[in-house]
Amino acid sequence: MSEWIKVCALDEIAPQGSRVVESSQGRIAIFRTAEDKVFGLHDKCPHKGGPLSQGMVNGDIVTCPLHGWKLGLKDGEAVAPDKGCAKSFAVKLDAGTVWLKLN
Amino acid sequence: MKKQKLVVVGNGMAGIRCVEELMKLAPDLYDITVFGAEPYPNYNRILLSPVLAGEMTIQDIILNPLDWYRDNGIKLYMGKRVDIIDRARRRVIASDGTEAEYDRLLLATGSTPFIPPIPGKELPGVISYRDIRDTDEMIATAKSHTHAVVIGGGLLGLEAANGLRQRGMDVTVVHLMPWLMERQLDKTAADLLKSSLEARGLKFLLEKQTEAFIRGESGRVAALRFKDGLEISADLVVVAAGIRPDTALAESAKLYCNRGIVVNDTMQTYDPRVYAVGECVAHRGIAYGLVAPLFEQAKVCANHLANFGIARYQGSVTSTKLKVTGIDLFSAGNFMGGEGTDEIVLHDPSGGVYKKLVLKNDTLVGAVLYGDTADGAWYFQMVKDAQNIHEIRDHLMFGQNSSVGDVGHAGNLSAATMPDSAEVCGCNGVCKGDIVKAIKTHGLFALDDVRKHTKASSSCGSCTGLVEQILASTVGGAYTPAQSKDKAVCGCTEHSHGVVRAAIRDRHLITIPAVMQALDWKTPSGCASCRPALNYYLISSWPGEAKDDPQSRFINERAHANIQKDGTYSVVPRMWGGLTTPAELRSIADVAEKYQVPTLKMTGGARVDLLGIKKEDLPKVWADLGAAGLVSGHAYGKSIRTVKTCVGAEHCRFGTQRSLSMGVKLERMLFGMWSPHKVKLAVSGCPRNCAEAGIKDVGVIGVDSGYELYVAGNGGIKTEVAEFLCKVKSDEEVMEYSGAFLQLYREEGYYLERTCHYVARVGLDRVKAAMVDDALRRKELYERLLFSLQDYEDPWTQAVQQPTLRREYEVIQIKEVAA
Repeated sequence: MSEWIKVCALDEIAPQGSRVVESSQGRIAIFRTAEDKVFGLHDKCPHKGGPLSQGMVNGDIVTCPLHGWKLGLKDGEAVAPDKGCAKSFAVKLDAGTVWLKLN
Repeated sequence: MKKQKLVVVGNGMAGIRCVEELMKLAPDLYDITVFGAEPYPNYNRILLSPVLAGEMTIQDIILNPLDWYRDNGIKLYMGKRVDIIDRARRRVIASDGTEAEYDRLLLATGSTPFIPPIPGKELPGVISYRDIRDTDEMIATAKSHTHAVVIGGGLLGLEAANGLRQRGMDVTVVHLMPWLMERQLDKTAADLLKSSLEARGLKFLLEKQTEAFIRGESGRVAALRFKDGLEISADLVVVAAGIRPDTALAESAKLYCNRGIVVNDTMQTYDPRVYAVGECVAHRGIAYGLVAPLFEQAKVCANHLANFGIARYQGSVTSTKLKVTGIDLFSAGNFMGGEGTDEIVLHDPSGGVYKKLVLKNDTLVGAVLYGDTADGAWYFQMVKDAQNIHEIRDHLMFGQNSSVGDVGHAGNLSAATMPDSAEVCGCNGVCKGDIVKAIKTHGLFALDDVRKHTKASSSCGSCTGLVEQILASTVGGAYTPAQSKDKAVCGCTEHSHGVVRAAIRDRHLITIPAVMQALDWKTPSGCASCRPALNYYLISSWPGEAKDDPQSRFINERAHANIQKDGTYSVVPRMWGGLTTPAELRSIADVAEKYQVPTLKMTGGARVDLLGIKKEDLPKVWADLGAAGLVSGHAYGKSIRTVKTCVGAEHCRFGTQRSLSMGVKLERMLFGMWSPHKVKLAVSGCPRNCAEAGIKDVGVIGVDSGYELYVAGNGGIKTEVAEFLCKVKSDEEVMEYSGAFLQLYREEGYYLERTCHYVARVGLDRVKAAMVDDALRRKELYERLLFSLQDYEDPWTQAVQQPTLRREYEVIQIKEVAA
């Protein structure tokens, strides 16, 4: 079983923004929503590999900056009619600190 | 909360479209029950004609398969006709006794074919043309019988006749009126149509009234007799003499009907719990028989069923397209003309082309096109929008693409002549066949839906007209034109850009949440389309008060660099007026080596692009460039980009004005200007125009006596030549007029609208009136521009100096525990 790994303080991610984490499993985008929920997705759009961390966050959805695909933050699934999925990672918020679990 | 119960009577295109719209708005509000008299799920009735003609199958035209009902939790009763509405106890009862209770009831009972009271109309072999059963009977009859007569030379009758002819029958069309499709065509177009249908083997009897259908020995119809005594053989008679709203159920429930179930602008009947949409409805005295209006009604009705209560249906302008393969015919609006109207006509009988445009007071009110319908959608849009066509009147007849410049689809202007394998959308590599397939498989009617499913015309948009043509020719009258005027900003709101801009200005709104609250946004935090628009409207309307929200900007504007396909960025330092120095060039060369920049390129805007820089290196690159005095070139922004110059009177032997210094002054003045879309300028020192000022948002051309100013040019997707604005004498005037024009655009332009689109929308005359003729207003505009640009700081320097801003660029390193 993998462990929770400390990422950063919540304050270091802008609301409706994201940060990129370098990991042994590639780059992971950590998102913070307007309601301070946090999510983690492989930083690669299933469409053409765009860095999702650079997309705009609305509700629980991120819009890829390259061609506008929309992906759910919870599971990385593309919003219909597009089909595809970015791998998601467990992320939690605990007392103002963001934690990540690698798969 | 317990769900309310919605019962829908009518499982056709209008009723189900309304349910679909409702699901988008409030998927969990109702338990939905649908009754349909036919034993099929919702299908595309418009496409029965291609089925009859053998070009499609029933399976192809199903819009909502049974899975759709199941997946959406909708209870469907197929083959059950509702006979009774018990309004007192709020329930409906079907003929087999099935009951359903409702909190709200939606009637979408459609229409019934009108069969004139002709003796013999009950004979076997005399049918109408309305549903799958009729179509099946026609197909079966064509296999065993020879002579078919179609009564009615309207849209439906001709499609039926064509289909039966395709199936090998000998077909005669009988029509009461002097020419075919008299409700959609004038006589000239109708005669062309008749000739080409005759060439396909159809026969016509015009101005003939049927007296009786005559019974044959077999018991079925055998012949038909006219009032003038003529008799013709007929093994099959298809009566297509019009439709009548099916109001029987509503009338039995004592709902007020008058040539349709009478509804108000919210699609509500006289019983507030009962709504009605579709062909069964009379709205402001009109019952529509085409699909596009029904969809508009469905959308409005869904809005009210979802308790949003803000949409109104105000009637539709309709267009018609005949779905007979190989015949191109289009009509819209008042195509007959009459008093107070002008007609522009182009008629080439040998070429088989006829076009008539009907104008009234500088607006297009109707059009008939025969033989070449490529511009049908374009004309229809203008009719719907009542757009003032004064400025394009002289070339209106020659269509949307009569001017130069559309690229990306190999010069094709007419979808009809393109093979399925031809590329329509050059950005996304979508062929005509892909689009047609998606339209048929997914049952698409609107441009936006085609864009979502195929991506065609969703990037640069230059092929939009072609995609619309393909859509219109595939679905015929069901084509729903995109709303161009007062179009909603995005799916998050019903309001248009104009309404949103006005509200921000008039109600002094200064934050995005305040706008969303004041205008009842449907989503809690907007989307990637509306947020950048709102952010721009706020900072341009209330400079100094509204705070810029970086998170509501597209990544390029947030990172102050252009994202590339591999996730790296490009950096373009500003070179004022295209001028640079050895120190700047040296600094660029040093940075390129130090950060191993893979590609260095001269941009079209006369500066250097450093491509392939990692995001985390951006602040370091900027710090190095900044040391040599280089600042952001805003090559990434909806903002001032460049002022291109020629060398002008400073060096050139032909130069009449000092274009280099003029260009530098303009670019310095506009530094940091955000705008609805990108803005490019050019200054040429003489009319040879080496700076290509004729395709810029503002083009300045030096002449011996001063400067000519041109505006609203565009060198991009569709080349637009800039229009002459005025002539001025001094450099100061160039600054003031250019600044005032751009400020007007900044204040009135819609987000992502280039100056050429803005000027096309409001008209150059209005722009001139506001900032050329009105000196006081010009000065005010100019001052407002300068006010909003004061104190602007270079964003690169800020990112270098402020640690909180720099965080955006930093990658987080984590400590992984060895497993």
